[in-house]
Amino acid sequence: MTSAGRAQRRGPDPRAVRSSLIALVSTVVVFGGLAWIVVHAPGWPAVQASFFNREVFEESLPGLLDAFVVNIELFMTAEVLVLGFGLLLAIMRSLSGPVFLPIRVMSNAYTDIFRAIPGVLVIFVLGFGIPGLGLVDPRTDQRLFGILALTLVYSAYVSEVYRAGIESIHPSQEAAARSLGLSRLQSLRFVIVPQAVRRVIPPLLNDFIGLQKDTVLVSFIGVVEIFRYAQIESAATYNFTPYVAVALVFIVVTVPLIHLVDWLVARDRGGARPRAAATPSRLGAL
Amino acid sequence: MRKTTTTLAIGLIAIFAAACGSTGGSASPAASAASGGASNAPSAAASASPAACAKDSLKTATAGKLTIGTDNPAYPPYFAPNTGGTLTKPWKISDPTNGQGFESAVGFAIADRLGFAKSDVQWIVVPFANSFAAGPKTFDFDLNQVAYNAQRAQNVDLSEGYYFGNQSLVVLKTSPLAKATTIAALKDYVYGAQVGTTSYDAIAAVIAPSKKALVYDTNDLAIKALGNKTIDGVIVDLPTADYITNVQVQNAVIAGQFAGGTPEHFSAVLAKGSPLTDCVNSAIAAMTQDGTLDDLASTWLPFQDTVPVFKP
Repeated sequence: MTSAGRAQRRGPDPRAVRSSLIALVSTVVVFGGLAWIVVHAPGWPAVQASFFNREVFEESLPGLLDAFVVNIELFMTAEVLVLGFGLLLAIMRSLSGPVFLPIRVMSNAYTDIFRAIPGVLVIFVLGFGIPGLGLVDPRTDQRLFGILALTLVYSAYVSEVYRAGIESIHPSQEAAARSLGLSRLQSLRFVIVPQAVRRVIPPLLNDFIGLQKDTVLVSFIGVVEIFRYAQIESAATYNFTPYVAVALVFIVVTVPLIHLVDWLVARDRGGARPRAAATPSRLGAL
Repeated sequence: MRKTTTTLAIGLIAIFAAACGSTGGSASPAASAASGGASNAPSAAASASPAACAKDSLKTATAGKLTIGTDNPAYPPYFAPNTGGTLTKPWKISDPTNGQGFESAVGFAIADRLGFAKSDVQWIVVPFANSFAAGPKTFDFDLNQVAYNAQRAQNVDLSEGYYFGNQSLVVLKTSPLAKATTIAALKDYVYGAQVGTTSYDAIAAVIAPSKKALVYDTNDLAIKALGNKTIDGVIVDLPTADYITNVQVQNAVIAGQFAGGTPEHFSAVLAKGSPLTDCVNSAIAAMTQDGTLDDLASTWLPFQDTVPVFKP
């Protein structure tokens, strides 16, 4: 990189070695210090026995992973539905022209309301309210109400993300598309939305991280997913280690996704120019 | 930035590993000590000297007072409202401070044996899950229909049983289950129970239904689901079932109770190693011996002999 770096190619740069060492020592001191403080706290033996109990951890983990399959079902299904429904809401909202006012109002009201209500309440109201109406089979799998509630809530967030993406596309893009003879919907479908979606993938994944974690709220309507299973284990053993195990499972599943988002954001920042160049070529292909 | 988070993650995992690593060694002696303590309880109770349990030498949460915890709302038949329906704040539905209802009466009876006058007893709200949280306790003991099990006894002291009761099945009057008399007839239905209760354990252990059970935060929610017909039956202990069918849901009945094996028993919860445990145990042992507890049970829980028992 620098001429100094090139000149000393044979040996490692002493400054780099020094800063690595400093980083290492500082990391060890900070984390070691924190660990020391925690481990020497007066209540540590009690906390250790009830939060970090290896026997309980090993005993509960297989069951927790089984229960996590339910969470995976919930978020996989909800994410697919959210992608579609959120986009529909965003398109409804970005339709211009006076005739579409009711549709815009509907979409507006929807995103306002469902972003305002805590997700757990939506789950509650659907899970206990809909079967009470007597319109659907009362034996309907409670997971479906959970998926429905998560879809309703997260579509509101995701539609805002989509809308931001759609609005970030320069109006000249639509103007150009319309001048080529595409209808308004066609220009949305072939010109605006494809560009918008690519631009909003990182914030979209961010919302999915939230959705994945919120699948535990479906436990409120009786579904035995990972958190409810941890509660059962915890109550049976009078021990909180199963909750720590749930946290670890979510860390293992979510951290890679978080890093994917960070990486995508970084790539977008660094690679803004190539993508700008790619856009016209894609238009040319149309 | 990314490097920092990676380091952080590694640090966190290392801390957990270290924490777990040292637990492996220290947990088992603690566990064996706890089970040893539990099996020795009767002899310890018998040997607890009266002097050690004298009111003035007891180290209670508030000096000179006995603090008893239970969850709020407090439900009949364990607790009861005052005559005229009034309640002391902050209590809902029932008022533990009046000595009416089974657990309120038991609480005051234990207090009496320990030498506390009725006016020296104070009741505080302790949510079920908090009763077994790690750390110091705000109560001297907690009466909340906590069923004894050996694993629970590792984290807290659980007293001698003050009530021995069966689980039971609550269904809607219109359900085919209302006429069921055998456990074999209960297989193909969806059941619900409150999370973390021995009622939930009974679904798997006694009924072993072919359909997945639903597990709710509270009995109230399970009952709501029963009313919605999302579930076919709720498993609760018999006294709670009596309250549900008499007060909460008019169109529900107790289909039967599950007997056999050792019936579960309710224990008072005390902080691990509490100086009061032996004294509470000897008070309960004395009340079992002289029939006080039986009298209280037949006063407040008379249904235990009238509800039919499921045959296998």
